[in-house]
Amino acid sequence: MNHLKAVNRKAARVEGATEPDVVALQRTPLPQMPHFPIGCSLVFSPGWEADRTGGTAGLCQPVERDLFDCHIGCYWPAQVPDQLNHAPDWTSKCAAAQKDWRKIDLVFP
Amino acid sequence: MTAWGAREHHRFEAAGKPFVYLVPSAAIFELDEAADAVLRALAECPRTRDELTEMARGTEVTERDGGHREGRRLPAGTEVDSALAELARVQAIGQVDAPRAPTPRVIPLAPFPLTTMVLNVTNQCNLSCEYCYEYGEDKIVDTENGRQPKFMSEQTARESVDFMLRESGDNKVAHVTFFGGETLLNFPVLKKTIAYARQRGAELGKQVDFSLTTNGTLLKPEIIEFLAENHVGVTISIDGPKEVQDKFRVFHNGTGSYDVIAPKIKELLKHHRSRPIGARVTLTSGKMDVRRIYRHLTEEIGFWEVGFAPVTTAPNRAHAISDAGYDEMLAQFRDLAYEFLEAAVENRHHGFSNVKETLEELHKGVSKAFPCGAGLGLLGVATDGDVALCHRFAGSDSHKLGTVRDGIDRGAQRAFLESHHIDHKTDCSRCWARPLCSGGCYHEAYTRYGETIHPNLHYCDWIRGWTDVCLKVYGELAVRNPAFLSQFDDESMKEPVS
Repeated sequence: MNHLKAVNRKAARVEGATEPDVVALQRTPLPQMPHFPIGCSLVFSPGWEADRTGGTAGLCQPVERDLFDCHIGCYWPAQVPDQLNHAPDWTSKCAAAQKDWRKIDLVFP
Repeated sequence: MTAWGAREHHRFEAAGKPFVYLVPSAAIFELDEAADAVLRALAECPRTRDELTEMARGTEVTERDGGHREGRRLPAGTEVDSALAELARVQAIGQVDAPRAPTPRVIPLAPFPLTTMVLNVTNQCNLSCEYCYEYGEDKIVDTENGRQPKFMSEQTARESVDFMLRESGDNKVAHVTFFGGETLLNFPVLKKTIAYARQRGAELGKQVDFSLTTNGTLLKPEIIEFLAENHVGVTISIDGPKEVQDKFRVFHNGTGSYDVIAPKIKELLKHHRSRPIGARVTLTSGKMDVRRIYRHLTEEIGFWEVGFAPVTTAPNRAHAISDAGYDEMLAQFRDLAYEFLEAAVENRHHGFSNVKETLEELHKGVSKAFPCGAGLGLLGVATDGDVALCHRFAGSDSHKLGTVRDGIDRGAQRAFLESHHIDHKTDCSRCWARPLCSGGCYHEAYTRYGETIHPNLHYCDWIRGWTDVCLKVYGELAVRNPAFLSQFDDESMKEPVS
């Protein structure tokens, strides 16, 4: 910085911490280590992108389709249709989540 | 085009240069002419980039949106864009319609390691200082007819040491401060406690550091020798020269204590050379002469450091400091702080400890969620082994956080920390001095307003004034003798709670 000079230790940390942190991932080499998005934000996940009506008003409401990604990719210990045990076919009609997410239905334990 | 506005900050000048103290980050930046001019223009009112550019061309921008704007020019050739970018990067300014990132509200993880335990080895005292928070009109605990024993037993003291070592977590050093009442009234237990703590500390691979506060009346050669041999840090409560000391610090029969303690303190200072010895002065209403008190205690008596604190009291007491009194105190603190500065520039020692403590916090950029370590890294222990927020609350049932036998009541501790976070102090939310003050002493608030959570509004102006003085001293040192500040970089010094 040219106009401001860090004087105390906190200022030095502020200066170091405020490098822009938005980085295009396809850039090589990466100018800095980006903050990678993790988990279900990486993939198409019904319940995140569209609500039960196909709109965006009720995202992340507790409906069955929210759990699709937990069922596939994450371990979520409760209230998720369990692919290994009692709901192995929950997503059998859902070949591609982007197209078929409306076919994911309720599961009753 | 969106307008830029200044965010919370405090601008100050030192060594002829402009600086800014940012809130809540507590970062301090030196500004060049352009950044200073832009920040000042934005502190007046929000302005767009174009307006600022116009101002840098020499045009007086006096009106925007029909509203009144003070005429102002920026220095010709001001690099508006780069100054804006840098000020925005450190969050000194922001776009007025941009949502602000919420400040993360962090409650320290429990169990928080205990750094300092203040052990009230007795609640009795051989003096009757009129302003005393423990015995005077504002006392919290009945030390005369209450349920607490008047002296801590050896057994309780041992249990307290075990508690301390247990709760200190991974810390390699544990600090024990002996307190009272008059601490030395229970010297036998103090002596045995130090021996026990040394032994237990060694077994657990921890170093135990000891200090005490005393009124000095009971110092005698064998006690002084013991304190020196055991590297016990000593703080003497003393108010100054004879006429100041004897005004409030009197024996039960009303006679002043100066003549009794002065020779004893001189003996202590002569023989106890293993730790620097400090004086702690309580300032009260009436004529205060901080510099004279300082001179007397350092030059005539020989203390290494002197720290001053205004008396804690309900506002209607005769010894309570008035608003005008706080102004006077600030003027005198300022004089002494500049004396400290001149000494520091020449690498000479100066014993005004208030300024040194604040400089250290400024240097590290401490931004406090809680005013002090009470209930976190510091706890007070009453004579019966009850654990309280700090020594000032020791023995109070309503501020109890457990016992040395059963440990810290984590639920009570968490509830206290949750409710006393700076976020809950609405009055503080727009004050630029909150990173250092965080609402001030819980005990002062309790005495003044009847609740620990209340910000100490009676001394806000004083805190802001004093913080401004310390920032100026800090800025001067950063320009004139930055090496002096590097003493605060020592990582072995415990970081204050931030």
